[in-house]
Amino acid sequence: MYEIVTKQEVASNIYLIQIAAKDVANKAKPGQFVILRLDEKGERIPLTIAGVDLKKGTVATAFHAVGKTTKKLAKMKAGDSLTDLSGPLGNPAEVGKFGRVLLVGGGVWCAPLYYVAQALREKGNELVIVAAGRTKDGLIFEKELKEVSDEFYVATDDGSKGYEGLGFLEDVLKAQKFDHAIAMGQVVLLQTVTELTKPYGLKTMVTLASLMVDGTGMCGACRVTVGGETKFTCMDGPEFDGHQVDFEELIKRQRVYLPEERMASMIYEKLGGGVKRG
Amino acid sequence: MDKEERKHGVPMAKQDVLERIHNFYEVALGYNEEQALAEAERCLQCPKPQCVKGCPVDIDIPAFIKEIKEGNFVAASAKLKEKNSLPAICGRVCPQENQCQKFCILGKIGDPISIGRLERFASDYERTKGVTVPPKEKSGVTGRVAVVGSGPAGLTAAADLAKLGYDVVMFESLHSAGGVLMYGIPEFRMPKKIVQAEVDYIQKLGVELKTNYTIGRIFTIDELFASGFGAIFVGSGAGLPRFMRIPGENLGGVYSANEFLIRVNLMKAYMFPKYDTPIRIGEKVAVIGGGNVAMDSARSALRLGAEEVYIVYRRSKEELPARAEEAENAEEEGINFRFLTNPVKFLGDESGWVKAIECIKMELGEPDASGRRRPVPIEGSEFIMDVDTAVIAIGQTPNPLIQRTTEGLETTRWGTIVVKEETGETTKRGVYAGGDVVSGAATVISAMGAGKRAARSIHEYLMNKKGA
Repeated sequence: MYEIVTKQEVASNIYLIQIAAKDVANKAKPGQFVILRLDEKGERIPLTIAGVDLKKGTVATAFHAVGKTTKKLAKMKAGDSLTDLSGPLGNPAEVGKFGRVLLVGGGVWCAPLYYVAQALREKGNELVIVAAGRTKDGLIFEKELKEVSDEFYVATDDGSKGYEGLGFLEDVLKAQKFDHAIAMGQVVLLQTVTELTKPYGLKTMVTLASLMVDGTGMCGACRVTVGGETKFTCMDGPEFDGHQVDFEELIKRQRVYLPEERMASMIYEKLGGGVKRG
Repeated sequence: MDKEERKHGVPMAKQDVLERIHNFYEVALGYNEEQALAEAERCLQCPKPQCVKGCPVDIDIPAFIKEIKEGNFVAASAKLKEKNSLPAICGRVCPQENQCQKFCILGKIGDPISIGRLERFASDYERTKGVTVPPKEKSGVTGRVAVVGSGPAGLTAAADLAKLGYDVVMFESLHSAGGVLMYGIPEFRMPKKIVQAEVDYIQKLGVELKTNYTIGRIFTIDELFASGFGAIFVGSGAGLPRFMRIPGENLGGVYSANEFLIRVNLMKAYMFPKYDTPIRIGEKVAVIGGGNVAMDSARSALRLGAEEVYIVYRRSKEELPARAEEAENAEEEGINFRFLTNPVKFLGDESGWVKAIECIKMELGEPDASGRRRPVPIEGSEFIMDVDTAVIAIGQTPNPLIQRTTEGLETTRWGTIVVKEETGETTKRGVYAGGDVVSGAATVISAMGAGKRAARSIHEYLMNKKGA
């Protein structure tokens, strides 16, 4: 069992939890993920690591409560335990001494992006960071990201805070020279960022959240076409060169289980959305 | 018993075919006491038993059958467990027809003794009566051994090493131990509570199980040594699915057999939404491949409610690598076989879901390196097969994680770990390996045999090291 040590709602329906898993914390690197299972009947869900506390032996991760499992997790409290936590899985994000780096995070992904940003900062990179969200209520980690950056922007889809959309990045990209870019977020955001950076030949790494079952290379549910070749997100990624990723295929694969996910979530809500504690 | 009577084996009851295609309960029902006694009675108790030659783990077969014959069922199970810590599993999934039973002298005049069914009977009997655990031997050995992977090879190595007196920690990357027995072989062939009981038994022998530990990620092999393990056994299996590398393979509804079976077996998707993991199954399912995994996938698809299920295999019926019994069960259940047929591409609808497979007819040409006749496409014979689910079951290769993260561990170009066959020694000192990670996907029992040999060599290695 893996105890939830702390839990906080960091924005509307977005939560940050710290889970006790000493061996995982000791080994985790920015960009890697864990797979959780809440209980014996639970599904395995991948969540990107948003930091570790070596003293407490905890791993942090953020999630948006949108499906059955994440809604159920949102109902759990500090002191409750998860049945399973496996990790760290996947390869760490590439953290080199690049020079000037552009980082774009969307919604809940700003938490793991902050973990990567801290590592990049330690390597002596200059960071230009964009925190994006659907609305101002979906923004998290603004303060933290701002602190670690040299230049900081906020953007929302509806313009309720900061720039409206990511179009403003064109001017940023025109005005400055970047050596590396990283995007973490929903597939649409990743696609938008890679399209914006492409004309500048700016290498843009994206972290993919493909569907997964085991997360160790066994099932192949997370396969994605990168540079014309099939790759496994869990084994070869989750960070890939965004200009090589077949996003159209990825979007279709992400939607494969939407009807089932909606059904499970609906039934869960209908039944009162309980959670068994133990 | 006269000679005529002795010729005929006692058949084992199976769940009725019309019933079983709608449930996941075990198909083969096993012997009852009366049937087991009758079958054991047929055994000639040969002074020079041939059956033993066919057993990869050297079970004293006549001795355990003699115990059954005399009604000492628990003693029969104990006899089995002297050599085999997983008899309830072997009794179910070993290909006895190619092993012990192949050598049975009765096979020359009639049916060989059903050794597998008797093995299953004895171990099932013991499990229902309460399993006894042998007391730990006071061997005076000390030392810690890490076992990586908890499938058939790992479980066997761990059990043998624990019995010898070592402190054994077994690491498993998934949330349940048992490897392919848990995630791969379906409930209707290998009930999970039986696997769990065998895993519990291994833990009772003193083995510490650590689930959710993916070695190669959380610890490397060298880190395990640094943390105080004297030797390491790698039985990480052949978990990486092979794909066909043909267009359309990444469409929705195209699964690797691994994904399909993991969802169904390990995650219990057949009970969705009671269990959270979904699986989508259409009306027409095609399974590509001809091995046991293909049969398991096809029969699972049927039980999940598919109306038509096809096995698409590029060679002919004679070359099917699946156990004859499994192919027969599949046929009996109404699985359609499309022999000498190979997919060329998957076709999808606008939403990215598979809707058809373009196939080509094959014919058998000259024998290839494996001795089987090579399938050759017949030009111009392409045709379209409408499906809404496809499962690719053309084999698995070893997961490369440990090989990639361990210096000095030599591998072949197929990604398998190089070992000395007799000892399981790898090219890295103190590291032993066995099972599918060495052989490529093979049988449960051959993996167990390898686990056993490796345990013996690890014991020798640690004794010598201590003496030095």
